[in-house]
Amino acid sequence: MSTAPTPIRLHHNQVELALHELRGGEGRTLLLLHALGEASPTRVPTALDAWPGPVHALDFTGHGRSTIPTGGGYTAETLLADADAALAHLGQVTVHGRGLGAYVALMLAGARPTDVRGAVLADGPGLAGGGPSPSSPVLLRVDPAAPQPPDPYALAELSSDVRPPDYAATFVRQAVHFSGLDPCVSVSARVRPEWLTAVAGQVGVVEEPVAAALARYAAV
Amino acid sequence: MTSASDLHSFPGARRPDRSARVDASGVSIAVYEWGDAAAPPVMLVHGGFDFAGTFDLLAPLLADAGWRVVSWDQRGHGASQHAALYSWDADVRDAVAVIDSITLEPVPVVGHSKGAALMLQLAEVAPWRMTRMVNLDGLPSGRSAPDVADHERTRMLAEELSSWLDHHRRTHELQRKPGTLEDLAARRGKMNPRLSPEWLLYLATIGATPAGDDGWRWSIDPALRFGGFGPFRPDWSLNRLPGLSVPMLGVLGTIEEPMGWGTALSEVEPFLPPDATVVALPDTGHFLHIERPVEVAELVLEFLS
Repeated sequence: MSTAPTPIRLHHNQVELALHELRGGEGRTLLLLHALGEASPTRVPTALDAWPGPVHALDFTGHGRSTIPTGGGYTAETLLADADAALAHLGQVTVHGRGLGAYVALMLAGARPTDVRGAVLADGPGLAGGGPSPSSPVLLRVDPAAPQPPDPYALAELSSDVRPPDYAATFVRQAVHFSGLDPCVSVSARVRPEWLTAVAGQVGVVEEPVAAALARYAAV
Repeated sequence: MTSASDLHSFPGARRPDRSARVDASGVSIAVYEWGDAAAPPVMLVHGGFDFAGTFDLLAPLLADAGWRVVSWDQRGHGASQHAALYSWDADVRDAVAVIDSITLEPVPVVGHSKGAALMLQLAEVAPWRMTRMVNLDGLPSGRSAPDVADHERTRMLAEELSSWLDHHRRTHELQRKPGTLEDLAARRGKMNPRLSPEWLLYLATIGATPAGDDGWRWSIDPALRFGGFGPFRPDWSLNRLPGLSVPMLGVLGTIEEPMGWGTALSEVEPFLPPDATVVALPDTGHFLHIERPVEVAELVLEFLS
């Protein structure tokens, strides 16, 4: 029987984030961002095994082995800052995000354009979020005693956050303008919520399978 | 050094008669009351970067007129717990936890600035909890960002994004800058140019925490930061107005200030619900309940009666 290796601990405000080193090695790290309700994988997924360098995976706030904070209050921007904490530790990365993690990967590419060398956006839970504009708001109350990750507040709040297409496209423009990479974002997801359709139509974005995207950014 | 007790007064200001803590899904919220505990309750909701002490002038006037006045420090503000996460929805949820702790009947609410905007959302998600709403200079503005060239906007956004993330990289070790109460008051004065130094000193006295030999620090969570970015549009807030199901009194300031939204009556008029009255106070800034507590109390009391 094996025990999971101790993750690297990172701080984001009161939250202790878990960053997992899935594989060591030389060269630029591939950073994996999991989807809504998931946790980091324990091994490099087969589909990403061709990446030539080290692979790390981050557990977002309220997920996996990261802290579950009390009282909710999640936003996608908070998870962006989670991912940025990993960036502060790892330096330059190529980022691969699934579902909600794809949305965060896009934001990270736009907000830290010189540290992100390519973002690969893949299918997964939480890809659509709350759609392009506000729907009727609900008064959300969950059982605060739920002890296991994922945090039910994260599940509720990050499946209803509004993701306007023009807001998402803004992050592509920031990445294109400041990264010096063209393309700098790869859309590998087959599902296309409105924000992702807008992203896929931007200059600097290419639609291609994950394997092709990894090969492209490994060569950068 | 000036001690807090020497400064613990301002003409007309009165500290709450009672205080308590409410557990809002695990976040400890400081709740305050003025007036007879058996009187009908009215909830006062403070704005962003403020705390319940902002109502030390208005609340006693309402309490003396026969109301049980209840206010609270929002998460991360005043004496409430510094939270791991902050969001608009979480603030609305905390508000419901506080109101539930007072009564399960619907209540009148008075919100200032962001507090008023939170109450607009509460009216939409829980209309059964509210009887009437007073909105103190917190009506949404329909104005979008000033028109700037694309390349300029790209550069400004890049700076905003990186400075926001840089701030988050430090939040686990940040502390508010210490100083004398006078220092704290002067810093706050930059955001409140129309409020008197005496009021700002009073506010520092009730809103700061001792910092040992260094003096005092504002109690607000250093992780909180003015500004930021997100997928917000001014019209989302405006769209909450036409369907409002309770009578509303809006009171607008008329002089723009750093912490205000500069909403003009003409902008919101097309969005007002049928049962709304909006009064604009001449020569008044964003903190109208501090600049004109008696006039605002009279407006509120008449509307609630």
